[in-house]
Amino acid sequence: MSTRLPQGGRLIDRKSALEFNWNGTRLMGYAGDTLASALLANNQTLIGRSFKYHRPRGILASGPEEPNALVGLGQGASFEPNQRTTTTELFTDLSATSQNAWPSVHFDIMGFNRILSRVFPAGFYYKTFLFPRFAWKHLFEPVIRRAAGLGAAPKTPDADRYEYFYATVDMLIIGGGIAGLAAALRAGRAGARVLLLEQTAHWGGRAPVDGAEINGAAAQDWINTTLAELDGMPNVTLKNRTMGAGVYDHGWATGYERLTDHAPKAAGPRHRLWRIRAKRIISATGAVERPLSFAGNDIPGVMLASAVRDYLINYATSCGDRLVLATNNDDGYRTALAQHAAGLTVAAVIDARASAAGDLPQQVRALGIPVHTGRAIAAAKGNKYLKAVTICAQAGEGAVLETIPCDVLAMSGGWSPIVHLWSHCGGKLHWDATQAMFRPDPMRPPLGADGTGFVHVAGSANGHLDAASVLKDGFDIGTLATKEAGFKAGPALKDMATSTPEHPIEPIWQMPQGMGPKKQMKTFLDYQNDVKVSDVRLAAREGYESVEHTKRYTTLGMATDQGKLSNINGLAILADSLNAEIPDVGTTTFRPPYHPISMGSIAGDARGELFKPVRQSPIHNWIADNGGFFEPVADWRRPYCYQRTDESVSEAVTREILNTRKNIGLLDASTLGKIIVKGPDAGRFMDMMYTNMMSTLKVGKCRYGLMCTENGFLSDDGVVARLDSDTFLCHTTSGGSDRIHAWMEEWLQTEWWDWQVYTANVTEQYAQIAVVGPKARHLLEKLGGMDVSGENLPFMGFLDGEIGGIKARAFRISFSGELSYEIAVPASDGQAFWDMCIEAGAEFGLQPYGTECLHVMRAEKGFIMIGDETDGTVIPQDLGLSWAISKKKEDFLGKRAQLRPHMQDPDRWRLVGLRPVNDGEIIPDGAYAVDGTIRENGVKNMIGRVTSTYYSPTLGHGIAMGLVQNGPERMGEQIDFPTLDGKMIRATICDPVFYDPEGALQNV
Amino acid sequence: MLHLTCPNCGQMVDETDLHAGGQAHITRHGAGASDADFEDYLFMRKNPKGVHFERWRHVYGCGKWFHAARCTTTLQVFGTYSAQTLTPPKPLITKIKKLRPEWEGFEK
Repeated sequence: MSTRLPQGGRLIDRKSALEFNWNGTRLMGYAGDTLASALLANNQTLIGRSFKYHRPRGILASGPEEPNALVGLGQGASFEPNQRTTTTELFTDLSATSQNAWPSVHFDIMGFNRILSRVFPAGFYYKTFLFPRFAWKHLFEPVIRRAAGLGAAPKTPDADRYEYFYATVDMLIIGGGIAGLAAALRAGRAGARVLLLEQTAHWGGRAPVDGAEINGAAAQDWINTTLAELDGMPNVTLKNRTMGAGVYDHGWATGYERLTDHAPKAAGPRHRLWRIRAKRIISATGAVERPLSFAGNDIPGVMLASAVRDYLINYATSCGDRLVLATNNDDGYRTALAQHAAGLTVAAVIDARASAAGDLPQQVRALGIPVHTGRAIAAAKGNKYLKAVTICAQAGEGAVLETIPCDVLAMSGGWSPIVHLWSHCGGKLHWDATQAMFRPDPMRPPLGADGTGFVHVAGSANGHLDAASVLKDGFDIGTLATKEAGFKAGPALKDMATSTPEHPIEPIWQMPQGMGPKKQMKTFLDYQNDVKVSDVRLAAREGYESVEHTKRYTTLGMATDQGKLSNINGLAILADSLNAEIPDVGTTTFRPPYHPISMGSIAGDARGELFKPVRQSPIHNWIADNGGFFEPVADWRRPYCYQRTDESVSEAVTREILNTRKNIGLLDASTLGKIIVKGPDAGRFMDMMYTNMMSTLKVGKCRYGLMCTENGFLSDDGVVARLDSDTFLCHTTSGGSDRIHAWMEEWLQTEWWDWQVYTANVTEQYAQIAVVGPKARHLLEKLGGMDVSGENLPFMGFLDGEIGGIKARAFRISFSGELSYEIAVPASDGQAFWDMCIEAGAEFGLQPYGTECLHVMRAEKGFIMIGDETDGTVIPQDLGLSWAISKKKEDFLGKRAQLRPHMQDPDRWRLVGLRPVNDGEIIPDGAYAVDGTIRENGVKNMIGRVTSTYYSPTLGHGIAMGLVQNGPERMGEQIDFPTLDGKMIRATICDPVFYDPEGALQNV
Repeated sequence: MLHLTCPNCGQMVDETDLHAGGQAHITRHGAGASDADFEDYLFMRKNPKGVHFERWRHVYGCGKWFHAARCTTTLQVFGTYSAQTLTPPKPLITKIKKLRPEWEGFEK
């Protein structure tokens, strides 16, 4: 029976009572409670069901290491699964529900898994894969899907806000216990910029709970004084409720600040992800108590000894009236003393050591509490609640000597330093056999950019378990790190801590020492993943010798536990099974974050519109207002078509095509990349970048050009205009502007840095509007200002001047096969020019058109599209573009590669047109052509594939382009394309130029 | 997250502001190159455990390419320098030799 005590509780405010909801029931707690302490205060000891076996589980710990007491928190858009009761601060109307239990935590249907635990041994999932396929698909997978998993995923988008915070400091100190405070004091007084993080709401760590004294007074006094001094230093920033989450290369670290979890109605972001760069990092993260491994060690009521006294002292919450303490060290006795001091019963202390003669055991004996040495817990008894423990000799196999009724069993298996942050970035550990713990090895730290260690560990995290050494270590490490960060440390600090001296621990890895298989199957090493002693021993028997393999096979220490509670106990059992020493078995890899952080904090502000900013052309808003059906094109949004209210998308596309071919179409082509290449060596440079000869291009003329990678593959295409003898304007694809500009810069900066060439990406400086169709010239003549006649502005020429009063450059280029002008105007005049065209064009039947119309018209003309006809394995020669590859140039990017035998192979798949034999059919995009033969590996032999395919409203039948083996030599032949629904579409190989093959229409 | 000094603008830069460009000091073999030279240029890259010279671009900054000398195992940065050079600067070579006596030296 757990309950609230009438007095005490250093962290709760009894004047401020709060109501909260637990599984639909209203309960009462106090400000300062955690959800865990408030639940215990209301006698809620059964919190949830376990992951695999759905065993009843209660609260085990009092900090982030809690493996069991995970709940669903909040509702609707604020719902979050797997929140730890131990790290959740209580607030008014908090709403929490049990997990992994249906219909209720007290009566859980899936509890039958416990009975089946024999069929869920280590490696169960892997073993199910070995069954026949049907068994996995129809038997195991559906069952596992329903039964497994931790919590339930939220169903609505997260309603909260999150943000990033950046900090650059001399010293980042993680952990606000006395070691962290001492180090901060040292560095702060020296003038270093210090950021001190504490994951809880409170400073001082365990020292006040464990009764340490500093300078002869209670530790809390020193903590208060130190905090006040640090708070007054402008160079020191203190952040509570902020966890040091991860340590990364070169002094980079992340912090996780929980701003409003404890006050959900407060304004501002919920979480902050601190992105910190520090010269030195001190990890003063403390230690975590280990459970003991005995049968039934997961029954609600079995708790860590330190947690029991945390609840007593910090929250005035009794975890049970009648306590049994099981321990292998002196520190556990502090819990017996605390229980007794609170007026509660300590039925017995079970100490596995042969003798317990330290000061703390003697104090306990003096209170009349029976201390049994050399004894072990044979088993904890009970189901949903602990009822009793049976006692046996530690040395034996578990013959029961005595049964002791109790409702709480406090266990202490010793302490493990929290070495996660030290290890994240490669810091190594060594095994301290005396203290039975892995400690940071200061000779093998994580190394920074300058080759020196940049992380230090102080206090309990460094293996110091008594207050005196913890404080001294805090000062020492603080001094060392201060000097390394480039500051003078100043006079030494003389503060001294004292605590009751302790006798050494005796490592106990299972209780009793000779426990048999039955007990092993009820002894949990990893509560969160339901891994038992029997699982690790089975893994060892099945040949898993590496700790990393055993971890994956058994799931020991996986997920959010990250080895906090399970690691050392599991390693020790594995070492014992393998007849090896613990340090030889080693630890698994500690990975960041130390404790789960919210996905929201990782995303920060990068969600919705801010996830990736959209590039908008100067005409964007007009398009949005006029039926533009947007599709993403690289970072841009372009209209697929302009849909009218009475038509479908495909009807809109057809209308736009027919109108453009008959009257005038208007296309916003502003997204095309525009790069200026200028300088005395510009021609020479252009000749290297393009496969064509660009240096001979006459001023005032345009030329279609191709760019290849050094591997010979086609990378981008576009029209180049020569503005003057030193200056070229290169058009790139819409998606290619940044990439091609970077490509040019890379060559200029890293290969031909002595060439006098300058490049500028001016894509956003211009709006580019294509006026397309047989009546295009009429419109421009009506707008006036420039002679756009065929004589003055012939095909593939351009002119600078003014059109309709707006400064313009008109290019005579065509991607549709029609008479076409692309008019570039300053971006700021783009909308005005567009409006002018729309208005003046009305009498000629002008309509705007979108990208799908553009695509169909270019396919009707057999023009390739980068990304459709190319995929990074296609060379220009495959596409019938040999005419655009200079034979005169000594070199260009890709030239050497295209001379390789495979590139010259006559059997390469090459571009052809494809016309379905049946006019009503359209070949699916990406379809493969087959020749009816079967390859050695049993698949159909493929001889080509479709790269672009459309219905052509101009021609009234389906058209396609594709790459076909020996295609150009097979004109008129018919080939077959199987479709996904099992049909076959037959098509005739033809010229890819379906429309106006002579090019008469564009050249008028 | 690596922290490199951009020699062009002098700033210490986070890795997320940079673009990695692979091995530095590669000789381009273009038209007319032998098969072996071309293969070497296009495909063969060093993958040393230790001292390595590599290219980076300060892409979310000044936009300039630079070179860095770095240890691939400890991530120690020996120095960064201009990309407009055919070999690493001599003082840098001397510095690395001092720090890593077992290093066989710069080879193109």
